[in-house]
Amino acid sequence: MVDLDALETEARSSLGETQDEVGLESWRVEWLGRKGRLTTVLRGVRDLPAEQRPLIGAGANRLKVALEDAIAARRAELLAAVSDGPALDVTLPGRRPPLGSLHPVTLTRRMMERTFRDMGFDVVEGPDIELEEYNFDRLRIPAGHPARDMWDTMWIADDGNGGPRQLLRTHTSPMQIRYLERRQPPIRVIVPGTCYRYEATDATHEWMLTQIEGLVIDEDLSFAHLKGTLEAFVRRVFGGDIETRFRCDYFPFVEPGAELGVRWQGDWLEILGCGMVHPEIIENAGLDPDRFTGFAFGMGVERVAMLRYGVRDIRYFYRNDVRFLREFERFMGSG
Amino acid sequence: MDVPLKWLAEYVDWDLSVEELAHRLSMAGAEVESIKRSGGNWEHVVVGRVAAVEQHPNADRLRLATVDFGAAEPLQVVCGAPNLAQGQTIAFAQIGAQLIDPGTRQPRKLRKGKIRGVTSLGMICSERELGLSDEHEGILELTTDAALGTPLSDVLADVALDIKPTPNRPDHFSILGIAREVAALVNGSVREPSASYPQSAMPVDQRTSVEIGDAEGCPRYTAIVIDGVTVKASPQWMQDALSAAGMRPINNIVDVTNYVMLEWGQPLHAFDFEILRGGRIVVRRAYPDEQLELLDGSELKLETDDLVIADAERAIALAGIMGGAESEISDATTTILLETANFQEASIRRSRARHTESGTEASRRFEKSLNPELAELAARRAAALIVETAGGNADAGLIDAYPGKAHIPQVLVTQRRIEQILALQPSVEDVRGILTALGIPNRWLPPNRYAVSCPPWRSDITVADDVVEEIGRILGYDNLPSEPLPGAVPDPDIDPERQLGERIRDVLSSLGLREIITYVAVGEPELAATASDSVGALSSVRIQNPMNTARDRMRTSLRPWGLHTFALNQREARAEIALYEVGKTFKPNPGRQPTEERMILALLGGASAGSVHGDQSRPLDFYDAKGLMEQLGAGLGVEFELTADARDAALVSGQSAQISIGGKRIGVLGKFSPSVTTQFEVEGDVFALELSIAELALLLQDSTVVPSPSVYPAAVEDLALIVDVSATAGQLSSAIAGNGLVESVELFDIYTGEQIPAGSKSLAFRVYYRSPDRTLTDRDVEKARRGIVRRLASQFGATLRDS
Repeated sequence: MVDLDALETEARSSLGETQDEVGLESWRVEWLGRKGRLTTVLRGVRDLPAEQRPLIGAGANRLKVALEDAIAARRAELLAAVSDGPALDVTLPGRRPPLGSLHPVTLTRRMMERTFRDMGFDVVEGPDIELEEYNFDRLRIPAGHPARDMWDTMWIADDGNGGPRQLLRTHTSPMQIRYLERRQPPIRVIVPGTCYRYEATDATHEWMLTQIEGLVIDEDLSFAHLKGTLEAFVRRVFGGDIETRFRCDYFPFVEPGAELGVRWQGDWLEILGCGMVHPEIIENAGLDPDRFTGFAFGMGVERVAMLRYGVRDIRYFYRNDVRFLREFERFMGSG
Repeated sequence: MDVPLKWLAEYVDWDLSVEELAHRLSMAGAEVESIKRSGGNWEHVVVGRVAAVEQHPNADRLRLATVDFGAAEPLQVVCGAPNLAQGQTIAFAQIGAQLIDPGTRQPRKLRKGKIRGVTSLGMICSERELGLSDEHEGILELTTDAALGTPLSDVLADVALDIKPTPNRPDHFSILGIAREVAALVNGSVREPSASYPQSAMPVDQRTSVEIGDAEGCPRYTAIVIDGVTVKASPQWMQDALSAAGMRPINNIVDVTNYVMLEWGQPLHAFDFEILRGGRIVVRRAYPDEQLELLDGSELKLETDDLVIADAERAIALAGIMGGAESEISDATTTILLETANFQEASIRRSRARHTESGTEASRRFEKSLNPELAELAARRAAALIVETAGGNADAGLIDAYPGKAHIPQVLVTQRRIEQILALQPSVEDVRGILTALGIPNRWLPPNRYAVSCPPWRSDITVADDVVEEIGRILGYDNLPSEPLPGAVPDPDIDPERQLGERIRDVLSSLGLREIITYVAVGEPELAATASDSVGALSSVRIQNPMNTARDRMRTSLRPWGLHTFALNQREARAEIALYEVGKTFKPNPGRQPTEERMILALLGGASAGSVHGDQSRPLDFYDAKGLMEQLGAGLGVEFELTADARDAALVSGQSAQISIGGKRIGVLGKFSPSVTTQFEVEGDVFALELSIAELALLLQDSTVVPSPSVYPAAVEDLALIVDVSATAGQLSSAIAGNGLVESVELFDIYTGEQIPAGSKSLAFRVYYRSPDRTLTDRDVEKARRGIVRRLASQFGATLRDS
């Protein structure tokens, strides 16, 4: 006949002597393990005389549960004691896993792309080295046209193989033409990309700049849709209470043409050029300009980045000084 | 261009403040860059009236003036001027105004003060206090009828609007052009200047002739001859007008040509007719070696591409840019030939760039492409002004050589198009009113169209939408409706390279690297120094007019600017430098657009961060770079394979490897040769990870399915092997992992030395065996292990260390 009470007394007493996880584990193996003492009792129940089986079996099972509870309680007791150990100097520096950063132009470009994507825009890219024909002629800026003066161009040297004249694109607008060559309306696309201007560098001018071009063409779109779309963009980027204004401006590939300004810290800042796609461009894409209308726009990413981050000199962006780049770690969580 | 408001007021009336006028013009497309006031700083100085005058109680020579200046309450000031009288309109300076101190002649801020016991709340100004003159005998009396409180600058100063025209609007380079804008904006009309003058019986074509030898360069040339003129100073009003617009008065003939140019935007030129050999004009390209002395004294060596105005024998002017010295109007001139012509903008631009620094008032206008129709209007206006200011008799008519004459097309605009684009419904009267105020000829063609034509001072009304813009901009874009986009969202284009570039940025930045964006232009020597092979370095796309002649190549690699940036940041002495760039490189294609390939270059160097907790700082090495590559692979779900020696001229062969996927080379990993880094002034080792994003995008699996972990337990065993030193860890672990029951292998120890035969090394691997569908038995594991050991023995001569 097994004395369950004696067994319990012994088990509890030895549990009380355990001091750590190792001790707890060996106690568990001794009592509750596969060959543990209580396990052995439970296994032996089937060999007992029939009249003893219910009594011993039930008692042993109860004891198993009781010991399992006891070890959990003892573990909690030991842990509580440990946490009262000597205090750490929590002001010592932590071991920091490395945190990198995205370039501020990437951060701002992505923010702008995301804003347009939310409005259903596709995002595509085009070549940095463009044909003169796409950068100018097909955008209604033929050679000798006064509007060519709006863009100081860096040309690619002739390689002597008789190909067409090439240049570093002065704007992302050539992708309007390239996209129209492969897509039919409805068209709703933006084109981020690097552009180049043969222009002296100073605090607000870089010869290399990032632009985002937009093109929207569908049936019967109006200047109201241009306004609605770009106002929504500006609200999302600069905040809902930003003041905007549209001013008449000239770009040969739009008509009517406009410039969107925002009131920023009291002053009006022009942040993008826009307008209704010129009917000749729609027609050249094989579409009926009476039926299909739309709008286009272009804006500088660095300009927006300068406003967002309060950067006073555009040259910081491509100097890549780590002391500057490090400040953008704080945006790692914002995509 | 400076548009003086006094001059502008000759043609149009407006009832707006200067600021509001400037704003309206800007919004409608004639951008006012600044408002120029020729007076002093007259902030807080306004028009006032002396409402009452009384004697100062404590001083005989001072009086107290009550000044009404439009505010609710008039103010009292102490004044010592003898000419002060009730009812005078005066310049009243409020407290805070900057006035010129009559004693020191320096600006001084006006403060509230007590004079002989009486408080003075402002000042009635003299001319000297306003900085207008030295006059200080008494106060300045104004003759304006402007409302009390109007800023003094609005009534006294010469105010000019500095307008920056867009390339399509040469008429914004003229006072009349701006007047037409104002007329449309205020719903007014323009007073056209007079262009009629008495003409003699002598027909001009009996006196002279014009021959155009280059109709493309000169679409139109008109000439008027006036004899008996008296060259002298022009009338004061004209001199004042020119000065206000920023031009120097010279003599009446030259001043008229400049005045009309500013008025109409059409440059003109007057020749001394007596100097013209053969008494006639020839427009032609310059002869070889032809020379010309210009008005400004410069001696030009002409090129045969230069368009010149010549007489029967020699060039007398550089067409559209500047007249010649010899045919210049002088005091002795009595007969003039007045040229009003049209020149092709491209031709003018070429000659201007060749011969002048910044061009002239004339060339700036011709380069904007003028409508040849404008010439005759300006010619007649100038003739009228010359006869008025210099006397003389004009020959009858004008010579009009007009080879470029073209039919003026009619532009048909439907009311529907206006409504479709502007999303509002202006009335026919509104539309016609705007067009008429702008001077754009228009008719209503019932039931639904307008017939419009381009006026002579513009060239930009050629299609219906040009007319739509006129309506929209005059109504004001800000007054047009605004609506969200309707309709279906189109399906996107998928650009796997672009998406991969973005993923790589996210992974590398989260691993602690900083993204950099560098310039695309590099120098050929930099490319050669960092090239992976000597052939590639020679082939790059050249920029014809680079910003910096030392960097005239489009980059074929991200390495040069990467290393420059590394060096720059090393000077800032940070422990570890970890940078990367995702960017395009450019490879030439003879006769075609270059191939643009997206690349990733990560650079790693310096030392790992130590800590007060006992972690030691150590120099970063090849395996840090490799770990980075492995983590990038983990983040992209791809396994990069490394093969020793990248065979890359810029990398150290023994510390570099080529990176491939499925045997396809996609990049390199390794240490830059010291010979490369020293050229870029980089100190210490720099490790590079360079991959072609284009190649990687092709090889990347686009499956998004991930395996589920096995629910069966793993069996773990350690295998310590002794192998020849030449066997690599990679070869051994792949051989172990080749067994079907092996889930993963980790190398946890490398040992050479005692107990290991010379020429051998010991590698210890921890091997995890697991099956996805059952619990492995001891026998399963035993069998697998024997298979592995057999394979290692036969392939690498490996033996188990403890057997």
